[in-house]
Amino acid sequence: MKALSIQNLDKTYRNGPHALKSISLDVEQGDFFALLGPNGAGKSTTIGIITSLITKTMGHVAVFGIDLDQDPDLAKSYIGLVPQEFNFNGFQQVEDILITQAGYYGMPASEARPRAESVLKQLGLWEKRSTPARALSGGMKRRLMIARALVHEPRLLILDEPTAGVDIELRRSMWHFLQKINAQGTTIILTTHYLEEAEQLCRNIAIIDQGKIVENSSMKALLQRLDQETFVLDLKHALTTCPQITDIPCQLIDDYTLEVEVKRGDSLNQIFMALTEKGIDVISMKNKANRLEELFLRLVQTSGRQQ
Amino acid sequence: MNTSRNHRHWIAFTTLFTREIRRFIRIWPQTLLPPAITMTLYFIIFGNLIGSRIGEMGGFSYMEYIAPGIIMMSVINNAWSNVASSFFSAKFQSHIEELIVAPIPNYLILAGYVAGGTARGLCVGFIVTIISLFFTSLAIQHLLITISVVFLSAVLFALGGFINAIFARSFDEISIIPTFILTPLTYLGGVFYSITLLPDFWQQVSLLNPILYMVNAFRYGMLGVSDITVGIAFAIILICIGLLTAFALHLLHKGTGIRH
Repeated sequence: MKALSIQNLDKTYRNGPHALKSISLDVEQGDFFALLGPNGAGKSTTIGIITSLITKTMGHVAVFGIDLDQDPDLAKSYIGLVPQEFNFNGFQQVEDILITQAGYYGMPASEARPRAESVLKQLGLWEKRSTPARALSGGMKRRLMIARALVHEPRLLILDEPTAGVDIELRRSMWHFLQKINAQGTTIILTTHYLEEAEQLCRNIAIIDQGKIVENSSMKALLQRLDQETFVLDLKHALTTCPQITDIPCQLIDDYTLEVEVKRGDSLNQIFMALTEKGIDVISMKNKANRLEELFLRLVQTSGRQQ
Repeated sequence: MNTSRNHRHWIAFTTLFTREIRRFIRIWPQTLLPPAITMTLYFIIFGNLIGSRIGEMGGFSYMEYIAPGIIMMSVINNAWSNVASSFFSAKFQSHIEELIVAPIPNYLILAGYVAGGTARGLCVGFIVTIISLFFTSLAIQHLLITISVVFLSAVLFALGGFINAIFARSFDEISIIPTFILTPLTYLGGVFYSITLLPDFWQQVSLLNPILYMVNAFRYGMLGVSDITVGIAFAIILICIGLLTAFALHLLHKGTGIRH
């Protein structure tokens, strides 16, 4: 069953840009799905329409088979949203925010209280339950947004850049939490600027650029299309000129840093042999960029050229 | 969540209504105290100091005559400002999005806010009524009329506050209408005088002021005297409620001021 089905979705803002150009997209139940794209590509517009925050110009959205226009109440009851910006009442206490939100979804307080307690404990916020939301740290506010989105037990969780501005430790703990609830059956749609995050978490991916879907496939299939990788080598001694290695393009970034491009499946040994012959010592090596990042840039640049 | 849809809607409505009540009680120094002080001053200055020199009006002491108008004025202002400030704050802080993404029909969002505004209007009206008893004695002549007029008037102005907040883009814009329209109409709506004191032309002009009908119908309920026919007052209030409800629902459906 499809958790989300978008058909020919189109959005033109009043006196503004044509943000979505008839996009279609399916997300299967239980998936962990990445919706990626550069700033202004149409990700937040898409999420806004799915969650009723933005009115569409044309097209259809169905959540677990329920058309958003025909039965908005039922379709909306399946969705939990973690928006990009903090949007809770800063004067309300943390636990109250969750109980109020559960109430909006028709959950009586007798059910909402234990549910709020459980979610707050899972996200490490239970000790802050009586604190007004505005007094929380940035990371805690992010976790509160996730807790609020989960309190009514949604079948589809949509996260719009949930880890923006979050430190690495917290980001990792949020990843673990999201993987856990996905394993328990919650379908997750994630937008993020951290492509490493999408690569780590998501099984399927769509890339949107200038209002169009430019890629929609499984993460595995997408990464297999990456035909070369760039490695950064740190050198022990300074170089003044870039060494010439047969069939391996390379570039001297500074006196102690060399970048080499290797075709997928090629052995790295030939690089090290060539460098050893030239008396160049390598003291460390790293992949220049996240693999998905390279593909993302390539797809977006291609899409830009086609416009 | 295996409850029926109607039951879920009822829980959603009561959640919003309770949140609104808790809000105005939590900030009582801003919501309940100021009208109590202002209306006390009205009773002291207009009722006691000036009123004692005016003498009787409509067969009652001036203090007795203005008490219903002052109570109604406080109900109208507070019902309006509660919804206007609460809904606009929700827009301003973006937590209105909590309601928009939730499975709550538009009519329940409207009902929740209007019920909250009505509750504050009636709460302040009750406080002012208690205060008025320190200055004059009030005997209610027609209890049902008194209660229904004050309730419907609170609903009507809560609806007005809601529409005001939908269109408002800044805090200034939620004070413009109360300052430049609501307050003048209230003062000219027969709170402090009977329109029979006015020349014929201005009496006819006053009849165009909807607040005149509410103040007089309420005064009729309490004192048994009115400048207008009470049946017409009810008809006007109910028609205005119907029109404003339809307009507010239309705006919510379109997403005016809250959705892009």
